[in-house]
Amino acid sequence: MSSLTSYLLVSALLFSIGLAGALTRRSAILVLIGIELMLNAANLNFIAFWRYGPDPEALTGVMFAIFSIGIAAAEAAVGLGIILAVYRHSKTTELDQMNSMKG
Amino acid sequence: MTATFLILAAITVAGTLVAMTMRNLIHCVLALTLGFAGLAALYLQLGAQFVGLTQVLVYVGAVAILAVFVIMMTQHPTQTNESIVSASWIAGGLVAAVVFAVLGWAIVSSSIAQGMLPSRAEATVQPIGDALMHKYVLPLEIMGLLLTAALIGAVVVAMQEKRRAA
Repeated sequence: MSSLTSYLLVSALLFSIGLAGALTRRSAILVLIGIELMLNAANLNFIAFWRYGPDPEALTGVMFAIFSIGIAAAEAAVGLGIILAVYRHSKTTELDQMNSMKG
Repeated sequence: MTATFLILAAITVAGTLVAMTMRNLIHCVLALTLGFAGLAALYLQLGAQFVGLTQVLVYVGAVAILAVFVIMMTQHPTQTNESIVSASWIAGGLVAAVVFAVLGWAIVSSSIAQGMLPSRAEATVQPIGDALMHKYVLPLEIMGLLLTAALIGAVVVAMQEKRRAA
């Protein structure tokens, strides 16, 4: 088993853990964190392929990972802001109790 | 496959796994921080220093702290014994397991990953800065604009609504 394969397997495992968290947890905060984990798994793939790829001097994978981290930070800020706004209306962060569009 | 990689991968996977299963949300974020730090160490091990340090700053620093703030602002102090998983958790877990099985099968059986050797290249800060300032300057500016807009938007969304006068 080559080393790239093991990095890709770790990344797939991280993605699945994030997906399981996002699909099964009731807390909206943890669902958001699960989505962040999936983005991080993609970043690990970018870095691993950059390192093992044919043209590492072009820095493409590193650049993509940097921009992806920036996008994920913006997404986390907006998501947590929305969770706060919803909490102010419905007094809950449990997803199955958020059942009305108009508080 | 070295011992360093095995230890770092174990820390990362264990941290994230614990983060997704704990009942107390603060403990979840603590374990998540460990997972993110392990991931940053994996980036460093792969030779991507700048991305590893950015990961520490952005995730271990900013995102985890932000999540802790939101948890502290929204949690009730009383411990409830309600379930932490949704009613359809079996289906969700099954979907995640199937996704992992398919991904793992594709990775192990693919011929691309075999025989690829790690390059000696290291992404030091200087070539990254050069690339960001020349080749990728337009995406960088758009990124700055997006981050500004997103952060202002987050503040506006989360701001206490003013009661309208009359």
